[in-house]
Amino acid sequence: MGQITLNQVRKSFGEVDVIPGVDLDIKDGEFVVFVGPSGCGKSTLLRLIAGLEDTTSGTISIDGKDATALPPAKRGLAMVFQSYALYPHMSVKKNIGFPLKMAGMDPAEAEKRIQRAASVLNLTNYLDRKPGQLSGGQRQRVAIGRAIVREPAAFLFDEPLSNLDAALRVGMRQEISELHQSLKTTMIYVTHDQVEAMTMADKIVVLNAGRIEQVGSPLDLYHNPKNVFVAGFIGSPKMNLIEGPEAAKHGAHTIGARPEHITVGDGPWEGVVGLSEHLGSDSFIKVDVPGIGIINVRGSGELGVHHGDRVKLNPAGKIHRFDANGLALA
Amino acid sequence: MATQSSRLAARLMVAPSVIVLLVWMAIPLAMAIYYSFRLYRLISPERTGWVGFRNYTWFINSPEFWMAISNTLLLVGGVLAITIVFGTLIALLIDQPIWGQGPLRILVISPFFVMPPVAASIWENLFMHPQNGMFASFAQGLGMKPILFMESYPMASVIFIVAWEWLPFATLILLTALQSLSSEQLEAAEMDGASAVSRFRYIILPHMTRAITVVILIQTIFLLGIFGEIFTTTQGGPGSASTTLPYMIFKQAIAAKDIGRAAAGGIIAVILANIVAYFLMRGIGRHLDA
Ligand SMILES: Nc1ncnc2c1ncn2[C@@H]1O[C@H](COP(=O)(O)OP(=O)(O)O)[C@@H](O)[C@H]1O
Ligand SMILES: [Mg+2]
Repeated sequence: MGQITLNQVRKSFGEVDVIPGVDLDIKDGEFVVFVGPSGCGKSTLLRLIAGLEDTTSGTISIDGKDATALPPAKRGLAMVFQSYALYPHMSVKKNIGFPLKMAGMDPAEAEKRIQRAASVLNLTNYLDRKPGQLSGGQRQRVAIGRAIVREPAAFLFDEPLSNLDAALRVGMRQEISELHQSLKTTMIYVTHDQVEAMTMADKIVVLNAGRIEQVGSPLDLYHNPKNVFVAGFIGSPKMNLIEGPEAAKHGAHTIGARPEHITVGDGPWEGVVGLSEHLGSDSFIKVDVPGIGIINVRGSGELGVHHGDRVKLNPAGKIHRFDANGLALA
Repeated sequence: MATQSSRLAARLMVAPSVIVLLVWMAIPLAMAIYYSFRLYRLISPERTGWVGFRNYTWFINSPEFWMAISNTLLLVGGVLAITIVFGTLIALLIDQPIWGQGPLRILVISPFFVMPPVAASIWENLFMHPQNGMFASFAQGLGMKPILFMESYPMASVIFIVAWEWLPFATLILLTALQSLSSEQLEAAEMDGASAVSRFRYIILPHMTRAITVVILIQTIFLLGIFGEIFTTTQGGPGSASTTLPYMIFKQAIAAKDIGRAAAGGIIAVILANIVAYFLMRGIGRHLDA
């Protein structure tokens, strides 16, 4: 079981309200990703759930029981830290077995669980090494191993992949997703990378300055962003956000068009190509359209458009409309 | 330092200091060895000559000698035990975020700045003195007889005073080690269900082993030669109850004015120090490697 409910959870450090008040429901078995720019309070929120920080007000309940005042160890949650936080003087085996030892588990049963975790994580050959003798990806796996042996109610991950190089990151991302498929345990995953959020999450929680901007499935957020912040944050390259007369034409303060929803050829917007990047599979071009601004366009790999060309653009796909407060219009 | 010529240059450049150090060390040592085989008493300087190992055998057969060796080891061991245990506890305490942390830390460090004879005099006269001392007035206030610290427990008193002086050093080194421990490791242990005691036992203590090793090695070097505190308080007495090897050598050189015997004692002290160093490096030296 791993059902977590936050009710009006608030956190301030001295004068500063880092989390002004959050309500959130996390269902058992869900993969929830907290995403938002750096410094928006993602780690703080995760640490509140873990019990490593005290809430200023509000309640946190885990599986229906009030856990607000429980110490971290009593909450039945396991956490994977950004720095991995492995114990450097212990072997991989001792690291993974530490929570079991602390729980006073029978050594034979602990050994079985360590072996099982090690084989799931491909660490069997490294059990006697110290963390200092492992690569970044292996250390990450040890940290995950230490979390899974306890069979916690939920896993908490705080930007676990940010110290890995790009290739390893993609691999570990898939491994964590697969782990979730096989364990079916609740996971809360913090990241500032919207690609990680989109690829892994059942449910994304977009945070901005300690506030929840929107909660929803990845595609829900992509197709129906509730406000300008979410529209700009989800999707890569970023959605084009246009204000002024062009927006007024659509009866909105701001309109948004995703780069992949704009076609090059014939259309109402005309401008000169600034940057053009050709990746083979896709082409990314920036077009300076007078009166509207720089428009990002994502075209097919065959798009033969280069720096200095004059092109016409057609916002063929969905136009998102927002009011003066940044909220989406129906 | 890769090429042949740069290695040669490096050797040439460190050569002067190596030579100075060698001379600095070798000449006194050679002189001590020379005198330790000579008859050389300042009371009768005209009687000289080679005496073989007689200075050494006198030392080893003297009833004071084994007492002095055991007192020396007791002093080193006792002070190390006290400073490391209490140094760790104080370091844990002042690492907590408490009000007035800055001044508190300076206060904790301050005994280290008091000169050994001064510290010893303060403890002897203001605290442990059977008539004027604070402990005596406490004892009288409670209707008990004052404890005669320097007479009844001379070695324990000396160990206590020296430990008081060295506690700040140990605390300081252990505190810096404590502060270099990542808080995420402690938080991870907390999530893993480790109690405060288990966190200390399995996370903090292993993290501090290297610092503890440094404290042991450095303090041992200095503690083997402790002299001033004994000279100002017990003078090695009563009898020779608090005579250590350095103090016994001092008594031979200054009181008995027998340079030959004192030199022999010095050589024995050097051998003792080397034996201690050997066992220390065997026992805990591996903690110094990263
Ligand atoms: N212990 C603390 N004391 C004071 N301010 C803190 C503390 N921890 C975090 N903050 C502040 O809270 C805000 C959110 O931090 P954090 O949750 O780490 O952001 P994120 O993980 O989203 O990058 C930041 O502005 C940070 O400066
Ligand atoms: Mg963070």
